[in-house]
Amino acid sequence: MSDSSRLRIVVLRVLVLSILLTLLGRLAYLQVAEGPRFQKSAADNRVREVITTAARGQILDDRGLPLVRNRTALVVSVTRSIVRSQKKHGALELARLAKVIGVPAAQIALLITPCGEKLKNGTKANKKTGCWNGSPYQPVPVKTYASDKPAEVKRVLAIEEHAEDFPGVRAQYEAVREYPGGSLAAHVLGYLGPLTPEEALKPEYKALAPDTEVGRAGVEAVYDERLRGRDGVQRLQVDKDSAVTGTLSSTPARSGDNLVLSIDSAVQRVAEKALADGINRARTQFDKGRGKNFTADKGAAIVVEASTGRVVAMASYPAYDPTAFVGGISVQAYKALTTAPAQPLISNAVQGLYAPGSTFKIVSTASAVAAGYPLSARVYPCPPQFKIGTSIKRNFEGESFGTLDFRETLIRSCDTVYYRLAVDQWSRDGATQNLKTAKEVFARQARQWGFGKQTGIDLPDERSGIITDRTSTYANWVKNKGEYCKGARTRTKGTFRQLFDQEKCTDGYRYNAGDAANFIIGQGDVLVTPLQLTMAFAAVVNGGTLYKPQLAKGFLSADGRTESVLRPVKAAQVPATQAVLDYIKSALAGVVSPPGTAQGAFQGFPLSALPIGGKTGTADVDGVAPTSWFASFAPVQNSRFVTVVMVPEGGTGGTTAAPIVRKIWDGIYGLEGAKAQLAGGVLPTALPVVRADGTIAPPGTKVPRLPRLVPATASPSSGTSALGPFSGLPWAIEPRRTRGSS
Amino acid sequence: MTDWSTPRVSPVRLRPREVTVRERMLDRASPLRQLDWLLLFAVAALVSVGGLLIWSATRQRELALGGDPHAFLKKHILNATIGLILGTAAALIDYRALRAYAPVVYIASCLGLIAVLSPLGSTINGAHSWIVLPAGFQIQPSEFAKLAIVVGMAMLLGEKRDGESRPRDSDVLAVLGLCLVPMALVMLQPDLGTTMVFIFVILGVLSVAGAPARWVVGLLVAGVIAGAFVAPHILKSYQLDRFRVVANPSAQLGGAGYNVHQALIANGSGGLFGKGLFHGTQTQGRFIPEQQTDFVFTVAGEELGLIGASLIIVLLGIVLWRGLRIASQATDTFGQLVAAGVVSWFAFQSFVNIGMTLGIMPVTGLPLPFLSYGGSSMFANLIAIGLLQNVHLRSREI
Repeated sequence: MSDSSRLRIVVLRVLVLSILLTLLGRLAYLQVAEGPRFQKSAADNRVREVITTAARGQILDDRGLPLVRNRTALVVSVTRSIVRSQKKHGALELARLAKVIGVPAAQIALLITPCGEKLKNGTKANKKTGCWNGSPYQPVPVKTYASDKPAEVKRVLAIEEHAEDFPGVRAQYEAVREYPGGSLAAHVLGYLGPLTPEEALKPEYKALAPDTEVGRAGVEAVYDERLRGRDGVQRLQVDKDSAVTGTLSSTPARSGDNLVLSIDSAVQRVAEKALADGINRARTQFDKGRGKNFTADKGAAIVVEASTGRVVAMASYPAYDPTAFVGGISVQAYKALTTAPAQPLISNAVQGLYAPGSTFKIVSTASAVAAGYPLSARVYPCPPQFKIGTSIKRNFEGESFGTLDFRETLIRSCDTVYYRLAVDQWSRDGATQNLKTAKEVFARQARQWGFGKQTGIDLPDERSGIITDRTSTYANWVKNKGEYCKGARTRTKGTFRQLFDQEKCTDGYRYNAGDAANFIIGQGDVLVTPLQLTMAFAAVVNGGTLYKPQLAKGFLSADGRTESVLRPVKAAQVPATQAVLDYIKSALAGVVSPPGTAQGAFQGFPLSALPIGGKTGTADVDGVAPTSWFASFAPVQNSRFVTVVMVPEGGTGGTTAAPIVRKIWDGIYGLEGAKAQLAGGVLPTALPVVRADGTIAPPGTKVPRLPRLVPATASPSSGTSALGPFSGLPWAIEPRRTRGSS
Repeated sequence: MTDWSTPRVSPVRLRPREVTVRERMLDRASPLRQLDWLLLFAVAALVSVGGLLIWSATRQRELALGGDPHAFLKKHILNATIGLILGTAAALIDYRALRAYAPVVYIASCLGLIAVLSPLGSTINGAHSWIVLPAGFQIQPSEFAKLAIVVGMAMLLGEKRDGESRPRDSDVLAVLGLCLVPMALVMLQPDLGTTMVFIFVILGVLSVAGAPARWVVGLLVAGVIAGAFVAPHILKSYQLDRFRVVANPSAQLGGAGYNVHQALIANGSGGLFGKGLFHGTQTQGRFIPEQQTDFVFTVAGEELGLIGASLIIVLLGIVLWRGLRIASQATDTFGQLVAAGVVSWFAFQSFVNIGMTLGIMPVTGLPLPFLSYGGSSMFANLIAIGLLQNVHLRSREI
C-alpha cells in the first residue's frame, strides 16, 4: 500500500482517538464533578415521602362535650405551579374545573394567585380580589364539600378519575374542623389557616407538610403544637411508575392530644344568650343623653371560677362562626368579618379596652385604706358636687347622701367621696409637680391588682390596658404632643376637639387634679379589659389571690392512656388585708338590694337562695353613651363564681349589664325558671375520660384504665405498603397525601 | 568432590510424531494463528458485558410483568451465537467471492429497505424500520444496509485502473449513486441515526480512498447546510425536539427531554465505582425507557461507575484501534476500504450512542455496537468483525 493511503488512515485514527477522549472526558465530568448533583436527582427520583397527617386533637368542654371535632370533607384543591405549566397557563383546564365545581374560572385563578403578585390590570392580588397566602407549590383548596352529599361528591370525584384532564387538581377526602356549636365560644376556640411561605421556613414549622393548617386564633393557636400531634412520614423507594419497591424509613403519625377546656358549654351558651338578649334589649331603650336608642353593638360576658381562675364561660358579642374558615375562607366572608364596625373577630373580653367606671372603686377603696384612710368609719362626706380648680365634678344625677362610710359609698357609688381622696393624695404627692417622691398610691395599687398588664390567659394578643400616673402622663405627652399641637392649630377653633388638643398641647405633661379624680373612679385615661376586672373581683372574694386565668384545664392523649391536668396558677397576691377584702365583699352584697345601684336589676331575685354581690359601673365616654358594667360574684359566702358583663354604649350598669348577669346566675343555678346548668354551682374537678373505642365520656365515668405505653417504634416490615397506619379511632381520620420531592 | 550421579543424556526421538489437530491449529499458517485475537477478545468482552447490562436492565421489568427475568439475557446470548456463526462465515469466505457477493448483499439490503416501507414493515418507537417475521422475530434491514454500503463502496473504489492511486470524480459519483438508494430509503422510514451513520461512513471511506478534497469538503458542507436549512422542513417534530434537548436538557422534562434527563441522572449518579450491578436505582426503578437497547450504556454508567463505563470505552477503542491497524496493513485497496468503512461506522455509531446518554448528542435511536440488545444489529456488527478478520487474514497470506 502507498504511504499516502497510510497517511490518510492516520487522519481517521486521530478522529477515532478524539472521539474516544471526548466521551471519556464527558463521562468523567458527569460522574465525578457533577456526581453529587445527579446523585441527589437520583434520590429525588426514587424517594417519595408519604405524609400521614396526624389527626388534630379535639377541643372538649369540662364535661367532655366536643367544642371542636374533626370530620371528613371532600376538598378540591389546585396546585398553581402545575396548572400554570400547562398550555395557555392552564386556562382550558381551569374552565373545565369551573364547570365541575361551579366556581367561575376567573375566580379560581384569583384564589390560587399568591397574595402580592401583580395582576393583569396592574393592581396587586390582595385579600379583596382574592389571593393565596401559602406557598405556590402547595395545593390551594378552592372548594370543600361535606362528604354526606353523594350526588355532588360523585361529580367531583370524576376529577380524580380523569386526572389527565385536570393536572394539578385533586379531589380528596381530608379531615377538616367541625364546630358542633356553630359560633359557640368562637373567640375562645379560634380557627385554622394555612401556613404562609415565610412561616413554613421557621424552625417550629419545618417538619410540617406545606399544606398543613395551623391555629390562627384562640386556643387553636396557643396550643397548636400540642393539638397538632406529629405527622407520620414514610420514605418509600419507588420506580418510575411510582410503584413502591421498598421502605427507607418510617415514622408513625402521632395524633394530637385532646384539649379539655374549663369552659362549660352549657354555661357558655347561657352567657352568650344572656349577653345577646341584653344587648338587643338595650337597643330598644331610649338614650336621653343622645336622643336616640342605645347603640350597644358590642359586649363581653365572663364567668370564672373564683378559687382557681379557670374560665367557665367567656362570651364576646358579636361572634362569628369559625366554620367559615374551614377549607379556606372565601374572600367575601373574610372581608365582611374584618370590615364590620363591631369587629366580630375581636374578642372584647380580652382585646376590648374600656374605662371600668365605678367597678374600679373596689381597687380605689382598698388603695385608700392602704394609704391610711379608715376602713369602716363614717367620715366620708358625699356632697352632690366637688370643685377641682375651676371645674366642678358632679355625682351621677347630682345625688348627695351626707356623710358615709365606705360600705355605703360603694353601695350608692358616690363619686365625690373618691374625688376628695384623689385630690388629697394628689396634693400630698406634689400636685402638678413631677416629683420622684410621689407615692402615686392609687396607680401603684391598681397595677398590683393586675391592671395595666396582661393577665396571662392562654389566648393570643391579649391587651394590657392603661393605668395613668405622673410618669406615664409625661411620657405620653412627649410622645403625642406633636399630634396635639397640630390638632390645636388645624382643627376648627372653639370645637371640643380643638380645645382639648390645645390644652393637651400646652399642659398635657401635667398630671392634674382632674386626672387623679378621673382615675380613682375608673374614668379618664384608665382602660381595662373585662377579663382584668374579672380577675380583680375574683381576688376580692377568694382571699386576695390574683390568679392567672386559664381556659385549658388539661390534655388527654388520643388513646386516653395519658392525661395531664393544668393546675391553677397564682399570679400575685393583691395588696389588701383579709379584713379589707371582707369589708368590700359585704358592702358589694348590698348593691343588689335597696338602696344599692343594682337594686332594680335584682328586684325579686331569690337572694335568700343565692346571696350574691356585685358592683355597677357606668363609664362615661366622650360623644357616645356610657359603657355599662356589672361585676358580680355568687354566693357571697364561699364564692364560687365571678361574672362580669360589659356593654359599650349600653347605658348605666344597673339597667343593661346587671340584668344580663342576673340571667347568667339564673342559668347556672336555675333559680328563676331556667334549667340549672351547674346544680349547686358544682364544676367537675376531674377531666373527661376516653373510652376504649376512643369516644369521650364525662368526668368520673368508670372505664377500664389502659396501661401506659412506651412510645411505639415502627416495625420495619410494616412499611412496605403505601398505606399509613390507621388508628381505627373514630376521629382519627388520617388522609394520606404524597409529598412529591421535586 | 566427585559427581557419582548418572551423566545427563538428551532423550532421543525414535520416530517422527503425527501432527496433532492442536498443532495444526497452532501452525503459523493456520487461520486460527493468523486471526487478530486481541480484536476478538475485545469484541467478546463487549458482548459479555452487554449481556450483563441487558440482564440488569430487564430483570426488574420482566419480574414485574411476571416474565422470565433472564429472557433478554438468553436472547442476547442466542443473538451473539448466531452472530458468531455469521461472522465466522464472513471471516473465512473467499476474498474474491466476497467481491462477487457484494452486489448481492447490496441489492438484498435495498429490497429489505423497500420491504420495510411496504405493508410488511412495522413501526417501533416512531421509526418505521422493522420487518416483523413470524415467531416473534424482527429484522431491521437498515443495519444490514450499513454493511452493504461499506462493501459496495470498497468494491467500487477498490477496482482502480492502472497507475492511479486516487479515485476520479466519476468514481466518487458512482459511489454517491450507490449510496443514494439505501440512504433515501432509510430517510423515508425515517431513521435519522442510520442516515447520519451512512454520511459519516461515506466521508470516512472517501477520504481514506484519497478522493479529491473538494468532494470530501463539499459533501461535508452540503451535509451541514442540509442539516441547518433542509432538516427542519423534513424532519418530524419529535426528531427536532431531540436535537433541541441536547442544547438544553432540562427544557422538556416531560417530553423529549425525559430520556436524556433520566439518562444523565443515571450516568451522573454512578460516581467513580458505581452503585453495583443490579443496584442502580435509576436502572432497577426503570426510569429510563429503551434502556436495554439504545440506552444500555447508562446501566454501565450507573451501576459500574466511571471505572466500568471507561472500560467499555477502552474496549471499543481497542476494537477501533485493531480495525485501523488492519486497514493500514491491508495489502489491497478493497480490504483497506472495507476496514476503514467498518471503523468509521463503529466509531461514529458508538460516539452518537454514548454521546446521547451523556447529553452531548441528540437521541437518534442508534444502538451501541456489541452491547445493545437487538438481533439485526448484533448480526451486522459481528459480520463486520468477520470482514475485518478476513481482511486481516488476507494481508497475512502474502
